Amino acid sequence: MDSLNTYRGGPDEQGRFGKYGGRFVAETLMPLILEVEQAYADCKADPAFRAELDGYLANYVGRPSPLYYAQRLSAHLGGAKIFFKREDLNHTGAHKVNSCMGQILLARRMGKKRIIAETGAGQHGVATATVCALFDLQCVVYMGAKDIERQAPNVYRMKMLGAEVRPVAAGSASLKDALNEALRDWVANVEDTYYLIGTVAGPHPFPMMVRDFQCVIGDEVREQIMAQEGRLPDSVLACIGGGSNAMGILHPFLDDKDVRLIAVEAAGEGLDTGKHAASLTAGSAGVLHGNRTYLLQDADGQIQEAHSISAGLDYPGIGPEHAWLRDVGRVEYVSATDAEAVAAFHVCTRMEGIIPALESAHAIAHAMKVAPGLPRDHLMVVNMSGRGDKDLNTIAALDETAPKGDVA
Amino acid sequence: MSFETRIDRRFAALRAEGRGGLAAFVTAGDPDPATSRKIVMGLAAAGADVIELGMPFSDPMADGPAIQVASQRSLKAGGSLRDTLAMVRELRAVDDDTPVVLMGYFNPIYVYGVDAFLRDARAAGVDGLIVVDLPPEEEAELCLPARDAGINFIFLAAPTTGDARLDRVLRHASGFVYYVSVTGVTGAAAAAAGTIDAAVARLRRHTDLPLVVGFGIKTPDQAAAVAAVADAAAVGTALVAKVAEGLDGDGKAGPGLVDGVLGLVRDLADGVRRARKGEAAQ
Repeated sequence: MDSLNTYRGGPDEQGRFGKYGGRFVAETLMPLILEVEQAYADCKADPAFRAELDGYLANYVGRPSPLYYAQRLSAHLGGAKIFFKREDLNHTGAHKVNSCMGQILLARRMGKKRIIAETGAGQHGVATATVCALFDLQCVVYMGAKDIERQAPNVYRMKMLGAEVRPVAAGSASLKDALNEALRDWVANVEDTYYLIGTVAGPHPFPMMVRDFQCVIGDEVREQIMAQEGRLPDSVLACIGGGSNAMGILHPFLDDKDVRLIAVEAAGEGLDTGKHAASLTAGSAGVLHGNRTYLLQDADGQIQEAHSISAGLDYPGIGPEHAWLRDVGRVEYVSATDAEAVAAFHVCTRMEGIIPALESAHAIAHAMKVAPGLPRDHLMVVNMSGRGDKDLNTIAALDETAPKGDVA
Repeated sequence: MSFETRIDRRFAALRAEGRGGLAAFVTAGDPDPATSRKIVMGLAAAGADVIELGMPFSDPMADGPAIQVASQRSLKAGGSLRDTLAMVRELRAVDDDTPVVLMGYFNPIYVYGVDAFLRDARAAGVDGLIVVDLPPEEEAELCLPARDAGINFIFLAAPTTGDARLDRVLRHASGFVYYVSVTGVTGAAAAAAGTIDAAVARLRRHTDLPLVVGFGIKTPDQAAAVAAVADAAAVGTALVAKVAEGLDGDGKAGPGLVDGVLGLVRDLADGVRRARKGEAAQ
């Protein structure tokens, strides 16, 4: 890995990060994929596009999001100085809107009238429904039937925003099946429809494009930590399902070799139970949803169901650039269980008055594991990728069954 | 191409007969490996000119509900890529003429290992591959290795494939070209009358390869109309729906299942045989 001048140069013209990525889609979609690639290249080269996007990010999304020193949590853990990147304070309550805003402006330039999206936790669906309301575009969101049940508040929000939420009962009735169904819709409606993919996965150029739009997170962290501490952080942590919040905060630090980069997968009920969503930790290379990446699959190449208490991490694949970063060793991929995430959820809520999304709680859980052993001048940034209001039903259901105890 | 497959021979024969053919699709292992074998063994006798055997996959993104559940039935009953190849081997023991094309998605092949798969597929008697999620941009993955192994890699052309792109699609095409007649998933509504004729005429300007038209063709009349202009009509969803129709209350194969599927194949085959080339085309 010393031979690489930069870790930020990908993908190549075929949309590959090493052997990962690519464009594994049906021919019916391929011409449109190429059209999206060209349109995005045009937007990237157009200063007016960037200016328009920056305007919406500042005045509609509320960027920059704060970098907050979590003083009580840091003191409680007795080690590293922990900062939260407050993506939970964005309009719609998560990082997802960063990419939605970029992609909706692209879709408008392409003249598309109808937007489709998949969603797991509902955060991406809400963000998509929001930008569609803003620009008066038709919006259809595919969501696993199981997720509709556990993320009811977000379903209601999407409907209020004017989106049609279509339940997907096929397969495991969660995020991967919602993606399948969105792809089927796109194939049938290529002329007028734009597929607003929510994570750094799918066929090229989506992994690159979503990454580019999410890099605003890490770019801001660089400036903010320099202003607050006068130096770069020692470590940066993020949770990872498909990988968009992790890519957004980690990518701008890839070439800072002294910054330790850690992404936390969902270990569900435990890596050895088979009920988890840790595709990098426990999966193998395969091809799904338009790209080659790490997947949870059996020996016959059949995709297995993922499991996580957090609907947003409940996906058996991962963005292809993460697969490459794992292989070259630049980013460490670790995991946290459902139980660890729930414990971290409560600690964060009580100690900082911040209710984290269960997704983000996985990153906090890992911070809680490692921070006590680190020196007090270790600067650790944790991506608070979303807020946890949507998870209150899940937590409340656990409270009814779990024994009461002092969480801190 | 430096090699000839059963596909080339079959389409040459159809052209000599002056008729279009029937490509019959069923999912391997649906609803269970034993019943599926009975169906596959009976397809040629029922009049299928080309057998398209679906490789079951957990996430068939380009398929409608009927073929999705067919894959699920197969996987649940023990279907796999390995067993799909075993079925082809067993068929070849009794039928060395009917072309067999495996149709599906790349991941099971990738996990099997491309080289091992091509070796085993060739040895089993597979003639062609249709892998929906491998467009020309990914031709190095399987298309070029398949050609080197003596197996036709069949490319798909869609209504969205413009003239400039068609030449790219056809660069390494062999066997036949599969025209996806509707922009959508399998089992969608049929293409509007006249659009297929126009599409076939457009494709003929670009290639001399046989043209097989699929997606949305369900009835003998539809198959006849397509076979009158194209080299073959592909029918899948309607046959797989017949499998579903033949299940008993527990989801197991009922007594009339195999006959029901093969009966429809016979009706479809009668349809394409009625349509002499050039006659049904208006």
